[in-house]
Amino acid sequence: MLFWTIVKVGLKSLWANKLRSFLAMLGIIIGVGAVISMLAMGTGAQKQMAERFAAMGSNRLIVNPGLRGSHGVTSGTQQNLTVSDALAIAQEVEGVSMVAPAVNSTCQLKYFNKNARSVAFGTAPTYFSIVTAELEKGRFFTDMEVDRMARLAVIGSAVVENLFGSNEPVGEVIKVNGINFRVIGVMKSKGGQGWMNVDDRVIIPYTTQMKQLMGVDYLREIDVTAKDGVDLNAVQDGVTALLRKRHRVQEALGDDFSIFNLSEVRQAASETMDMFKMLLGGIASISLLVGGIGIMNIMLVTVTERTREIGIRKAIGAKERNILLQFLLEAIIISGLGGLIGVALGVGGAVVIGKVSTMFTTVVEATSILLALSFSGIVGIFFGFYPARRAAMLDPVDALRYE
Amino acid sequence: MLMIKAESLVKAYVLGGAVIRALDGVSFQVQEGEMLAISGPSGSGKSTLMHILGCLDHVDSGKYVLAGEDVSKLSKDHLAEIRNQRIGFVFQTFNLLPRLSALENVELPLLYAGKHEAKDRAKAALETVGLSDRMRHEPNQLSGGQRQRVAIARALVTDPAILLADEPTGNLDSKTGVEILQFFKTLNATGRTIIVVTHDTGVAGFCRRQIHLMDGKIADDVTGKQ
Repeated sequence: MLFWTIVKVGLKSLWANKLRSFLAMLGIIIGVGAVISMLAMGTGAQKQMAERFAAMGSNRLIVNPGLRGSHGVTSGTQQNLTVSDALAIAQEVEGVSMVAPAVNSTCQLKYFNKNARSVAFGTAPTYFSIVTAELEKGRFFTDMEVDRMARLAVIGSAVVENLFGSNEPVGEVIKVNGINFRVIGVMKSKGGQGWMNVDDRVIIPYTTQMKQLMGVDYLREIDVTAKDGVDLNAVQDGVTALLRKRHRVQEALGDDFSIFNLSEVRQAASETMDMFKMLLGGIASISLLVGGIGIMNIMLVTVTERTREIGIRKAIGAKERNILLQFLLEAIIISGLGGLIGVALGVGGAVVIGKVSTMFTTVVEATSILLALSFSGIVGIFFGFYPARRAAMLDPVDALRYE
Repeated sequence: MLMIKAESLVKAYVLGGAVIRALDGVSFQVQEGEMLAISGPSGSGKSTLMHILGCLDHVDSGKYVLAGEDVSKLSKDHLAEIRNQRIGFVFQTFNLLPRLSALENVELPLLYAGKHEAKDRAKAALETVGLSDRMRHEPNQLSGGQRQRVAIARALVTDPAILLADEPTGNLDSKTGVEILQFFKTLNATGRTIIVVTHDTGVAGFCRRQIHLMDGKIADDVTGKQ
């Protein structure tokens, strides 16, 4: 049928001028490849961010004592969060799912002849659920063990590396600031989370830490999660109201504590990531436009070269729309082929970047491939139209005379 | 049946400020089955007349009736249809499409017409010109005479009212040229109306009737006895 003849002629004429066709396609290839790689990087960044938030437990409030001033410096007293505050939150605020009190301090670890500095993090068993911690081996400590101030520790993967090497840690006794603790569990590695390396921690019951390690009766933080389907902001309001009442804060004054709403943060970060991704993709798309101009350029030359051929076709009965469609199709073939090659290049490039780079991960989504391909098709149609129209409007008599 | 009725055809061009009347009131008629030569020196208007007769261009004034249809003032699309269905061109430089095989070249007018059994009809046309064994060859693999025969097959494939040949032997050696003209005569004998436009008196002599143009007018209209 006529369609296939046109496609065949188009492909043949592309093949006959391999270098020229390739140069015409190059802009599209680069454009599509860039769009796909950039979008893959944006999606990778989104995924990384989501994973980090999931690791932190995204539906969580972190209550800290004292006011959070500028640059995260807290002012005012740092000793006003108590265990009974935590209990009250668990019992009296609506929509609360889990509450974990927590304290932390730097500590010195010792195992046989190995020494290391680390962080002792004292908390309750609920903490493990809140941050969805996963055990590499062993177990968490229980509420009963918290009640009796047991000297049990769940250690992070960095601690294992520093103290044990390849030896089995579970069941062994380590010294934390000179005090013996038995290791009952090892946490799965989670990687860095910005300001603290959660793998370099020793997690012990908060009761033990407060009394025996630190000698304090106040908390460093209280973690709160909301029940499924409950709005975290509502829980935040409830906790705020409760603490203000318990701390007898006057109405006119600000809170004497600060609440960090992870859900809000994640939302903001997610929106930023979306914008980042769109920006990357948008910039890459500019090169697609440039590629389109390349196609228009080549097609104009092709049309001029094939003026005679157009005249012959018209003489044997081709209508203007037949000629228009023919050259439009040739432009689309160039941009389509360029798009396919660009996809291959873009996916390949994304894979390579993901493997080689320590900073960026890449995720190629099917939608980005479809998007890039359809863009390349549209570019072909848009930039191929003007040359195709010029071809269609040629006067057959003049065209036949063209040398 | 009256194939062509031309009445007072006028076609003028503006060339460098001057108005040139390429056709200055040309009138004649052609019956079905005639073989006619249109001859004249360069500048006589024979190319212009060929373009008009071939519906490649409009007249400025006058009337052109082809196979009973007034084609003087048709739209571009309509003219394209006429060219496709009613007219078969044969050019001096053959004008085959270089990247298509002989069969694909011959088939093309039928494809533009939207016909479905294009391949079969094209094969039949190639058989008529004796080139069935060269169907898959591309033009650059054919001799000049063979190319012209492919062009003739393409011209015939839509069963047109007239075959319009512009200096069909101009790019052929004399022997092949004669073969082609003999072939035209054979076609004519089957009832095909053939018009040959040429400046070569020898070529014109192959046709029973000769219209001689001079300065855009018919100087002579002679029908011989062969």
